[in-house]
Amino acid sequence: MKHGTKPRPPAGPELHGLLAEFDSPGALLTAAERVRDAGYTKWDTHSPFPVHGIDEAMGIRRTRLPWLVFVFGVLGCVTGLALQWWTNASDSREFSFLPAHLQGYAFEIGGKPLFSLPANIPVIFELTVLLAALATVIGMFAMNNLPRHHAPLLAQERFKRATTDRFFVFITAADPKFNATRTHHLLSGLGGSAVESVAASSEPAHLPRSLIYATTIVICLLLLPPLFVAKARFTKSAEPRIQLIRDMGNQERYKTQQVHALFVDNRAMRPQVPGTVARGDLRDDAHYYEGKVSGDWATTYPPQLEISESFVRRGQQRFNIYCAACHGLGGAGDGIVSQRALARDTPGWTVPTSLVNQTVIERPLGHIFNTITNGIRTMPPYGDQIPEQDRWAIIAYVRALERSQNAHLEDVPVELRPELR
Amino acid sequence: MAAAVGEVDNTIDIPGQRAALILGGHDFGSLTAAACAPWEAPRPPRAWYVAFTISVALLAVLGAMIFYLVFNGVGVWGLNNPAGWGFDITNFVFWVGIGHAGTLISAILFLFRQKWRTSINRFAEAMTIFAVICAGLFPGIHVGRIWLAYWLAPLPNQMGMWPNFRSPLLWDVFAVGTYATVSLMFWYVGMIPDLATFRDRAKTKWKQVIYGLLALGWTGSSRNWHRFERAYLILAALATPLVLSVHSVVSFDFAVSVLPGWHTSIFPPYFVAGAIFGGFAMVLTLAIPARALFGLKDIITPRHLENCCKILLLTGCMIGYAYLIEKFMAWYSGNSYEGFIFRARALGPYAWAYWTMIGCNVLAPQLFWFKWARTNLVAMFLVVMAVNVGMWFERFVIIVSSLSQDFLPSSWDIYHPSLVEILTLAGSFGLFLALFLLFCRFLPMIAMAEVKTVMPHADLHAHPHAHVAPHRAFDYNPDEFDAGRGGAAARRSPRGPS
Ligand code: HEC
Repeated sequence: MKHGTKPRPPAGPELHGLLAEFDSPGALLTAAERVRDAGYTKWDTHSPFPVHGIDEAMGIRRTRLPWLVFVFGVLGCVTGLALQWWTNASDSREFSFLPAHLQGYAFEIGGKPLFSLPANIPVIFELTVLLAALATVIGMFAMNNLPRHHAPLLAQERFKRATTDRFFVFITAADPKFNATRTHHLLSGLGGSAVESVAASSEPAHLPRSLIYATTIVICLLLLPPLFVAKARFTKSAEPRIQLIRDMGNQERYKTQQVHALFVDNRAMRPQVPGTVARGDLRDDAHYYEGKVSGDWATTYPPQLEISESFVRRGQQRFNIYCAACHGLGGAGDGIVSQRALARDTPGWTVPTSLVNQTVIERPLGHIFNTITNGIRTMPPYGDQIPEQDRWAIIAYVRALERSQNAHLEDVPVELRPELR
Repeated sequence: MAAAVGEVDNTIDIPGQRAALILGGHDFGSLTAAACAPWEAPRPPRAWYVAFTISVALLAVLGAMIFYLVFNGVGVWGLNNPAGWGFDITNFVFWVGIGHAGTLISAILFLFRQKWRTSINRFAEAMTIFAVICAGLFPGIHVGRIWLAYWLAPLPNQMGMWPNFRSPLLWDVFAVGTYATVSLMFWYVGMIPDLATFRDRAKTKWKQVIYGLLALGWTGSSRNWHRFERAYLILAALATPLVLSVHSVVSFDFAVSVLPGWHTSIFPPYFVAGAIFGGFAMVLTLAIPARALFGLKDIITPRHLENCCKILLLTGCMIGYAYLIEKFMAWYSGNSYEGFIFRARALGPYAWAYWTMIGCNVLAPQLFWFKWARTNLVAMFLVVMAVNVGMWFERFVIIVSSLSQDFLPSSWDIYHPSLVEILTLAGSFGLFLALFLLFCRFLPMIAMAEVKTVMPHADLHAHPHAHVAPHRAFDYNPDEFDAGRGGAAARRSPRGPS
């Protein structure tokens, strides 16, 4: 069905180019060679599929796309290698000037080498392929001017068959050799089924209004969440942060004294199983835990303790915290609690014992230990508040207080004695 | 579904002649019309509606199951110690494997100049995309706290924490992620000329706009075609090693660990062969009904189906060989744990799964030695369904049997899938089929531009005006191969059996 249009008089300045239609790939090939030989440069052929041999027929030079792909492939390879070294094998201390979230991390896994190429090959390979493939597609699009917003050819009714079963030669008016009449003549003589002129479209093709509005609204809405995130990044708030998903932060659980239907006694708290000892509760060292040696008050420190200056200083610190309020900083029984009670004539007030008097000096260490642990007469117990080791330290300090306040000249080192005079 | 009887048989090879790849005496116009018919029809066939309804129902089940899982945690699955992987990873490997056939057809067969691929490559590629979506779903949801799945990516974060790049599970993230991206680009780029065909044939304004946007303004310009073909060739060359790497990396998930039955170097090739095997079965599963439903019998001809059957037979024998070698190595290595696990697979608690696998994967495809089975649609369909089942069970057997019975008998336990897991698997088929049915209806199912290049009408050697340049070093075209040597016969003789 060849119904060629009458050679129309070439149109005015808005002429975009001339279009010739052909029925078969072979006819297109011949036509392309003739146009090429006529010296045109700004022209193209259009076909529903790549026509074999058209590149020579048109004189298309080989694309440089593969080089781009190669470069990006190499880039992917290097990125893969660098990424893995940086994140898993670099020493963050050497890069401490970087923000913490950008520093690498020497990732020790089961004593394996931090950086071993075999383990890194899969990721290197995948990144090479990924970047090369992205470069292929994006490069091809860019070189082909895709996506193309509008092409005047697409407005041509006849051209619609270019994607089905027709073949076209199109010479643009921009070609230096273009002459409306002569070019028309050339195209008509190529044996095609039609030649027609293509007008440069005066009004650009536009999308439906509704689509544009809808897209704009969607894009604006999509921008909101990142805006909120960005705002939160730079502002401070007294409110706790919003936790959409609380992970394990808020689990169901039973509290003390709650009812639990699972157990016969309906109590959620479970008593200790008879005959068992809870972890860390085994106290089978009577000397250390009770201050007793074979039933009597211990007169020595438990062997696991090393009585050093720092130990006594620790005792001093604890003594000043726990004991001085009643017994006084010097241990004379004149702490501020007692002073105040005496000043107010508090009825029934028992003055704390002076810790530096003969009674206490003669007390075995274990007895004092027991006094602290369980209290004595009107003195309350402190075992719950002071761990065993600190109790022993306090005792060592009490002993130091006693020595210092009942000291003789012989107790002073010889070289320091002259200073006393 | 009618058997091949009555269809033109183009499976016979006549020496000196090339069998026709397209039947029905089509020219470019009528072929385009035939390929566009499913899209241009005012409404799809009734069977499409039935299938779509079922698929969407299954998809809803999938959605519900994922919701349930996310809100309750992975405890709703039957996983526990020692079987920490079950249906989730089985489904992942199953779906990812299916995807591989699409890439094989579109990329590897392209490099091997197998012209018959043009009829089926588009929908095989679509199948790849949809299978990879299903595949990605499972590792995604099995991590438990899915909102932290982004920890898999090496993103700078306030914890100063990076992923462990020496773990095969992380390689998987990169392999599957790259594979999904490249497959999607390959599919879309190849589809652009056909989307332009749709745009130019669209009757309504909206279709013109939508397909116009999708076609990116493609005009079929030869200067564009030149770069397009280069890009396509490069993508094929990239996708080929990629597809091999993906299932190799998936197999590393197992092979790099020390579990008996997993720790073997045969896994990568064995997994790749299995993936292609399972994928071709799925190609046929979809092609056999689709070509009948959408009137594509001239384009997807019995010859195409027969070729797929041959590949199934080949890869089926390859995995049969792998099963045998596994057994042999278990014995030959003298490793008692390895020996135990392979005995346990065949005779232990999962023996039923093992023998289902052997029956479906090794025995069933043997039917394809016979030509009648390769040309009879019913026989073909039964075999490929068996392979679909068998390949799922292969992954199940590998994963679950090794996990549930490893070194210490005291820690053995049998894995029982929960209803949630079974419904999730069923739902993933809903996702896959729903996407596929939408694709059949709304996107070019046949790579029209590519099919046209293998039609006799595109053969310039027969054309009086034809001018073949003496040397054409560039521009890949499969025709060249024939033209270069021995092509003279093909050039003169009319193509196809008379
Ligand atoms: C609440 C005030 C108070 C505090 C605090 C206190 N004590 Fe006492 N302490 C007393 C009183 C009162 C007595 C005399 C009890 C009595 O005779 O009824 C006493 C008696 C003693 C005695 C003599 C017991 C005996 O052998 O007769 C010692 C030793 C002693 N305290 C050590 C300590 C040590 C060590 C601490 C610090 C851990 C301490 N106390 C903290 C009030 C206190």
